[in-house]
Amino acid sequence: MSVYQRPVHLLWWLERRAYVLFVLRELSSVFVAWFVVFLLLLVNAVSDGTASYQRFLDWSGQWWVVAINVVAMLFVLLHVVTWFGLAPRAMAIKVRGRRVPAQQIVAAHYLAWLVLSAAVAWLVLR
Amino acid sequence: MATEITLEVARYRPGVDSEPVMQSYQVPLREHWAILDGLTYVKDHLDGTLSFRWSCRMGICGSCGMTVNGEPQLSCATFLTDYAPGPIRVEPLHNFPVVRDLVVDIDDFMTKLPKVKPWVVREVQSPVEEGEYLQTPEELDEYQQFSMCINCMLCYSACPVYSLEPDFLGPAAIALAQRYNLDSRDEGADERRDVLSSPEGVWACTFVGECSAVCPKGVDPAGAIQRYKLTAATQSIKELLMPRISRRLNSRSQG
Ligand code: SF4
Ligand code: FES
Repeated sequence: MSVYQRPVHLLWWLERRAYVLFVLRELSSVFVAWFVVFLLLLVNAVSDGTASYQRFLDWSGQWWVVAINVVAMLFVLLHVVTWFGLAPRAMAIKVRGRRVPAQQIVAAHYLAWLVLSAAVAWLVLR
Repeated sequence: MATEITLEVARYRPGVDSEPVMQSYQVPLREHWAILDGLTYVKDHLDGTLSFRWSCRMGICGSCGMTVNGEPQLSCATFLTDYAPGPIRVEPLHNFPVVRDLVVDIDDFMTKLPKVKPWVVREVQSPVEEGEYLQTPEELDEYQQFSMCINCMLCYSACPVYSLEPDFLGPAAIALAQRYNLDSRDEGADERRDVLSSPEGVWACTFVGECSAVCPKGVDPAGAIQRYKLTAATQSIKELLMPRISRRLNSRSQG
């Protein structure tokens, strides 16, 4: 019997809004990785002394590095927001026999983010 | 309001067409008519050769899934008036081989489903005289959502992972595995584990989430998959840290 199999075309992810968002979220991992590299470069520069730290600062002040970082930040924000939004679907947490509502799980994630950011800020700016 | 609406229906006649061709039909636009009623009108009055599946006409049997204006829908639960003034494009479900017109072949799902043992597994069956296995409303609540699945395949149709990687076990099969894993009467979680945590199981899922968005029964297969990922990961870590004890505990602590 001959059946018809619909081919998958290269731009399948443009078919639905949700697919586009999903592909952007996957793409955001690249920028998360970039931030890790950037952080390692920074730590490395700091450990090499004042001169190398200054060189790192000059380098990261260039317009194209700033541009990359701004784009990276937007993608990382997208990553965070979409993942936090999805978190309650993976976590069925029970407290005293009652299922914790989704909004509370999301809120807890944002709270943890805030606390960690504050801790890092305190460490750096102290 | 117009009295008619146009249905653009994908026709595929095996042996005749090499790919589906669209054919337009004018059907009455009645307030209580679903897409399925429109198709039945075509079949009864305009073109008896049009093929499509249906049975219950009330969102229970899961056989009338179609792609309506690009979205996977139950054609018996999707109303013509919601698409007025039309035209409405009706195609077979995506991601499945088309047998004829709007009829797709779901054999792939049928061979995958039994692999997750979608039934209550008991190590020792207690004799009938001992009565039924009792369950509290709270215990029922644990899995009830996942038990609502009607095997309509809308979730597979919406899943890009399934279209790119046909070996993927898929949303409904995993949700149904969880339906039994989370059932207090079931002892089969261990037996389902190898299939579920294989590369074609939960780990193939990249959490696009569209399966849950299109599910007409609120099953949330995406949620079921992510929850199982967490379970599988926690179990692996437990086994790494305390190999002996965890194996025994595993069968009872799914979720
Ligand atoms: S999980 Fe929902 S969409 Fe998928 S087959 Fe079951 S009822 Fe249909
Ligand atoms: S005909 Fe049964 S679900 Fe639509």
